[in-house]
Amino acid sequence: MDTMAAIRETFFQECEEQLAELEVGLNAMDEGVADSETVNAVFRAVHSIKGGAGAFKLDRLVRFAHTFETSLDLIRSDQLATSPAVIRTMLRSADLLADLVKASRSDHPVDETRVDAQIAELKALSENAKEAPPAATAGGGEAEGLDFQPLLLAIDDLGPPESQTARYAIKLIPAPDLYRKGNETVRLLRELSRMGDFRVECDTQHVPALDALDPEGAYLSWRVELTTAEDEAAIHELFEFVVDDCELEIVVDRAGGAPQASAPAAVAPIAPSFVAPAFASPIASAPAEAPETIEPIESLAPATAVEPEKAKTEAAKPEAAVSAATIRVDLERVDRLINLVGELVINQAMLSQRVLEAGLARSSSVAAGLGALEQLTREIQEGVMAIRAQPVKPLFQRMSRIVRELTDATGKIVRLRTEGEATEVDRTVIERLADPLTHMIRNAVDHGVERPEVREAAGKPAQGEVKLSAAHRSGRIVIEVSDDGAGINRQRVREIAIKKELIAPDAQLTDGEIDNLLFMPGFSTAQTVSNISGRGVGMDVVKRSIQALGGRITIASRPGQGSIFSMSLPLTLAVLDGMVVKVADQTLVVPLTAIVETLRPKAGDVHALGVNARVISDRGGFAPLIDVGQELGYRRDAADPVGSVVLVVETEVSTRCALVVDAIHDQRQVVIKSLEANYRQVPGIAAATILGDGRVALILDIDTFVARTNRSATAQEPLLAAVG
Amino acid sequence: MTEANIAAGEPREFVAFRIGVQEFCIDIMSVREIRGWTPATALPHAPAYVRGVINLRGSVLPIVDLAERLGFAQADASARQVIIVVQVGAQIIGLLVDAVSDILTLTTENIQATPDVASDFVKSFVRGILAIDGRMIGVIELDGVMSTEMEAAA
Repeated sequence: MDTMAAIRETFFQECEEQLAELEVGLNAMDEGVADSETVNAVFRAVHSIKGGAGAFKLDRLVRFAHTFETSLDLIRSDQLATSPAVIRTMLRSADLLADLVKASRSDHPVDETRVDAQIAELKALSENAKEAPPAATAGGGEAEGLDFQPLLLAIDDLGPPESQTARYAIKLIPAPDLYRKGNETVRLLRELSRMGDFRVECDTQHVPALDALDPEGAYLSWRVELTTAEDEAAIHELFEFVVDDCELEIVVDRAGGAPQASAPAAVAPIAPSFVAPAFASPIASAPAEAPETIEPIESLAPATAVEPEKAKTEAAKPEAAVSAATIRVDLERVDRLINLVGELVINQAMLSQRVLEAGLARSSSVAAGLGALEQLTREIQEGVMAIRAQPVKPLFQRMSRIVRELTDATGKIVRLRTEGEATEVDRTVIERLADPLTHMIRNAVDHGVERPEVREAAGKPAQGEVKLSAAHRSGRIVIEVSDDGAGINRQRVREIAIKKELIAPDAQLTDGEIDNLLFMPGFSTAQTVSNISGRGVGMDVVKRSIQALGGRITIASRPGQGSIFSMSLPLTLAVLDGMVVKVADQTLVVPLTAIVETLRPKAGDVHALGVNARVISDRGGFAPLIDVGQELGYRRDAADPVGSVVLVVETEVSTRCALVVDAIHDQRQVVIKSLEANYRQVPGIAAATILGDGRVALILDIDTFVARTNRSATAQEPLLAAVG
Repeated sequence: MTEANIAAGEPREFVAFRIGVQEFCIDIMSVREIRGWTPATALPHAPAYVRGVINLRGSVLPIVDLAERLGFAQADASARQVIIVVQVGAQIIGLLVDAVSDILTLTTENIQATPDVASDFVKSFVRGILAIDGRMIGVIELDGVMSTEMEAAA
């Protein structure tokens, strides 16, 4: 259940970002400085919230977000003009959406009448838009109709009757006589709760210490918030018999206005919730003790006749605790911290070196102190690094939840298989991958996997499979979403692209080019607009998000066998397991994931091929030998592989190469530092890192390194290239 | 760093430094710090004037050998050389020079145009010339130091 809570928490955190974006976008529209991209961004924000809310069955949120989204969609397709009035409605809707998110997060009840009023307002807008330009609906009319139809359901719960409701603030301070006369406050409160939307707070401030407590005294008082259609007289009537034995204060809070209080549905028949302020007396200091202290009081003073259980749960859950579990920290601050800690480690290492050089004995107190310091700095470093790099597991778990939810909604049988959950990815990557990944998973289930009967007809098992995998591959993180569905229907994709005027009708496209049409803005193959996917925001959002992360996305699809969406993301700040090697007095880091094995070749293993090329026999095959020092320009002539160390590496395209280095120093985790930030990309180099001695070491990018070597080899040795 | 944001007549401070026997200076506003020479990690496929990269409190800082950049003979880097850490746009780079000699306060009127004898190459990053006490100091335009040629060399 803990992971579930964590996933939910992440969703709400993201909601906050989406809501912020929504507001920025709407404000821009309000100021008239918005372009179509702003409208898209606003739409996407609401769409994402809706998507996530659906996964957590936050139906109220989904229902409202869907209506909101529909109206935004009209704006997006220019069917609804963005007049100031419309924008105001949108901004109000955004506020309500934020409130709903907040309410869902803290499990607080939502004011249904407000939601319904807003939904009605949005619908009125949509309807006006539809009536006004009937010509505009000619193109997408069918889809719009489908879109709109299910919304009508929402009208059913158009809330309580529009009678005059009012909110009352009632203060009840019973005198001891009230109880002596056989009255009970709990009955009064219960009656009140039946009148409408009811919320009560018990004031325990005046409960004295146990030894000063009069068993027949009245120490508790209540504050009641009541939203009811009944008039004030009815409330007074209720207190008719006790009015002389208590202090009663009934204030009409806001007559006729939209009531703010909680929805009746969410309140238990008798649920006077206690928010117990800190006890003035020394009886109870910790909230956990509260029930124990309340119980004896209850037996003495009948005034507290409300279940102590309620008091316990309510008192133990102060409002603030809801959001205090995590804090969001600017990533830049974390980066700064990581850099500083890195420096600390390096300085500490240098200091230790100096102490040794100064001839201080290892047993001296200085050396001992330094040892402790070293331990501490390492722990700090580990702790700080842990903030940044995180396994993709929670992200993947969210996806399996989405698949489950989709299976329920679509009637398809789909299983999600995950691989490489422990792969550590930079926090930024994880955070920003959630949305595109959700879209891709949704697409895979919604468009990729076929219905069970179709699958069986095609000779496949009824249960479809969506696979989600993550791996470090030669300095990048590769995340793949694959399904065993029908593959991309290229004919249909083409037709749609022509219909939507994304391509010319006579365009000659390769399969790959057709597949890539999916990434075009506004493209959607969904036959119906549903809650799940298919508003044409999916894939272009995905592509843009991936590109914003400096990544690439590719599709591979085979008809009848399924599709693979492969995202390759840079490591930026991820932690990398690397082998620290020495080449011509330079220190390099080779990503461990690329290394298949390390060898110390004997003379008989190395063979010359052509003029300059050499190969090494490796497991029955031959791998080309590449002298790393020579290739990077650290030395003119290649070192003798015999006596050197050879790293057999595998590239992304699964070709094997043998890299000649002078020596292996170490195998360790290194922090990746961007070279581009202050310089530029260097071919063959993925990034840099800072080693324990404070020097910068470069991290080899196996793929580009090998590709580059091959290119230069082809240029130099045309003869060999012809042979190969 | 461009003349546009230097109000005419308003005095500005410049850091003057030596490369060989010649003197140059840069606007003090772009100087982040001055530090001693530390061995740099060589970068493959880099132009000759990029000496490599060093660790500046956790970030990777490329070092430009200004002597080499200006086409002077390259002297072996030594502990006596200093690195002027400067901000160029969004990037931070280190300029390797022989010594920091002075801090000058002057106005834009003090700057004379680079004489025509200089090649276009030099003109691309020497913005002008200062004449002070019989010394001639070239004003370095930082935007040109790591510019286009670097892309071409890639």
